[in-house]
Amino acid sequence: MKLNDAIFGLVLALLGAVVLFTVQSFPKIPGQQVGPALFPGLIAAGLCVGGVVLMVRGWHARASAPWVRFDGWVQSPRHVLGLAVLVASVVFYMLAADKLGFLLTATLILTAMFYVLRVPLAKSLLIAVIASLLIHFAFYKLLRVPLPWGLLVNHAW
Amino acid sequence: MWNAVAQAFLMVFEPYTLFVMVLAAFYGLFVGAVPGLTATMATALLVPVTFFMPPVPAIAAIVTATAMAIFSGDIPGCLLRIPGTPASAAYTDEAFALTRKGQAEVALGAGLVFSAVGGLFGTIVLIVAAPALADFAIRFSSFEYFWLVLLGLTCAVFITSDRPLKGLITLSLGLLVACVGLNNPAGFPRFTFGNAEMTGGIGMIAMMIGMFAISEIIRYVVDTSPPAELVVEQVGNVLKGQWKLARKYPVQILRGSVLGTAVGALPGAGADIAAWMSYAMSKKFSKEPEKFGTGHVEGIVESGSANNSALAGSWIPALVFGIPGDSITAIVIGVLYMKNMNPGPTLFTTNPQNIYAIFLIFILANIIMVPLGILCIKASRKILKVPRNILMPLILLFCMVGTFAINNSMFEIGVMLVAGLIAYLLEENHFPIAPAILGVVLGGMLEENFITSMIKSDGNLMAFVARPIAATLAVVTVLIWTMPLVLGRLRRPRAILAA
Repeated sequence: MKLNDAIFGLVLALLGAVVLFTVQSFPKIPGQQVGPALFPGLIAAGLCVGGVVLMVRGWHARASAPWVRFDGWVQSPRHVLGLAVLVASVVFYMLAADKLGFLLTATLILTAMFYVLRVPLAKSLLIAVIASLLIHFAFYKLLRVPLPWGLLVNHAW
Repeated sequence: MWNAVAQAFLMVFEPYTLFVMVLAAFYGLFVGAVPGLTATMATALLVPVTFFMPPVPAIAAIVTATAMAIFSGDIPGCLLRIPGTPASAAYTDEAFALTRKGQAEVALGAGLVFSAVGGLFGTIVLIVAAPALADFAIRFSSFEYFWLVLLGLTCAVFITSDRPLKGLITLSLGLLVACVGLNNPAGFPRFTFGNAEMTGGIGMIAMMIGMFAISEIIRYVVDTSPPAELVVEQVGNVLKGQWKLARKYPVQILRGSVLGTAVGALPGAGADIAAWMSYAMSKKFSKEPEKFGTGHVEGIVESGSANNSALAGSWIPALVFGIPGDSITAIVIGVLYMKNMNPGPTLFTTNPQNIYAIFLIFILANIIMVPLGILCIKASRKILKVPRNILMPLILLFCMVGTFAINNSMFEIGVMLVAGLIAYLLEENHFPIAPAILGVVLGGMLEENFITSMIKSDGNLMAFVARPIAATLAVVTVLIWTMPLVLGRLRRPRAILAA
């Protein structure tokens, strides 16, 4: 997805302005000219200037650079679904891993990803289960990372 | 000193370290040879694993894996016309043209042998230059460090990126991210939105995994180009004729290695830019420039040595000043801090055996590259056939578990995802990513030295240029800022090449 520079400029200038506004409320250190607001304030000011320059550039180039240009994949439902499942998998892991446990969540995520990338279903399931078990073994047993057991807590090994 | 060297030998030639190096070598060769997986991604994914290792094996794993990945990136470039890592992109067409002429083994062999030669050259420079610089840097105060960091960031924005304004913007974003949390001279929680997880700052490793691994997975998932065809079935003896090449092109090898090491040492520019510049240089000074692009090995010899020497070169500022020379060393610096080997001149005096161990690892990695590289070339047909629609979901799962493992925090997985999406969007719109990484890594250091200097001088800005070294660094920094026109002219040849 390609955006005109002016859009980036606008977002960045706004971000700079919000930061500049926020640092006003940072405390001053008694007896010193420099407090915690100075450094982020300077960067935010720079961001505002850079954002405005980008806006001007993007506005001048608007004939050749459309506001939004989608790449080929946006027309292809399979690729859009791929990206959606990728993002959803990570969010799903964050929300569900503690309740469902690592093994179930990982198997589900892998199967879903394999599905949108057109791996045959039986093969998907097999690889998903084996890979989840292997990663679990490597991180939980060897590296002692406390991956959650979730529903399988009574069968923990 | 010899005592420390002996200690370093013991640490490196220990079965555990050697075992880690061999595993890391195979891992690096594989990651480099699969298009879409980069050397930086290999490093980012290694961090969660090295987290659980003692310092020397942890560093050995990273050094070995990256050296191998930069070489093996040549393999798909040569056989499929797709560079395995960005560092091989400069001469992919050249290598593929050789393959078309039935000389794949010449291209692969030159890539392998001169990668090792370049890597060893860069290592020698690292061994000679780093301790000397450290000796010099031990007298630096906060004023010098302030200018040094600013100079490093300036290089990343103005010299090594084609778009200074966009580089400046991503740098600012990186510096802002570095501001989040309590870790500032005043100890005041900034931009935490009342979130307890954010008071400690944004997890650097989570961010790196997002920016270098998740963004690549996104790129793969939305990629609509058809799969590439493998044109060769059998690769012959890759070492045949390499000695003749070495005798024919000694100047090119030396020039590529010198340029590569220098570009590597420059903050923000890594192996990929070194290879581009060196390929252009090779063509410019060649006696037969008309042959370039038609399957002529000269450019591969020169830029193949350049990209591996850049790898060692980038460690010079990373070890001496804590200023990364490229995105790989940006991650390495994070690892060094985790391992209590804080970069800086004192690293060379308090624990010299660790530094000597790093030097040894570099030498060893570049030597074992040749036999293992030959094995990898022999297996390349199988590696290139590994189905990426199975590999990529596995990497995604590994990213999530790896990120979680650093702090056992789900929040960091979210940081990883957001960083990946932002990095993808920015790169699609030609915003350079390297300045952002440098901003994140160096933001704290820049602010700390700035505030300390301000307090010491009681707000008098003249004090920033009162010491001779500080003044020199300041002049150089300001020169680079004010000479974009001249630099624009220097950059132009590369922009055309890249197009």
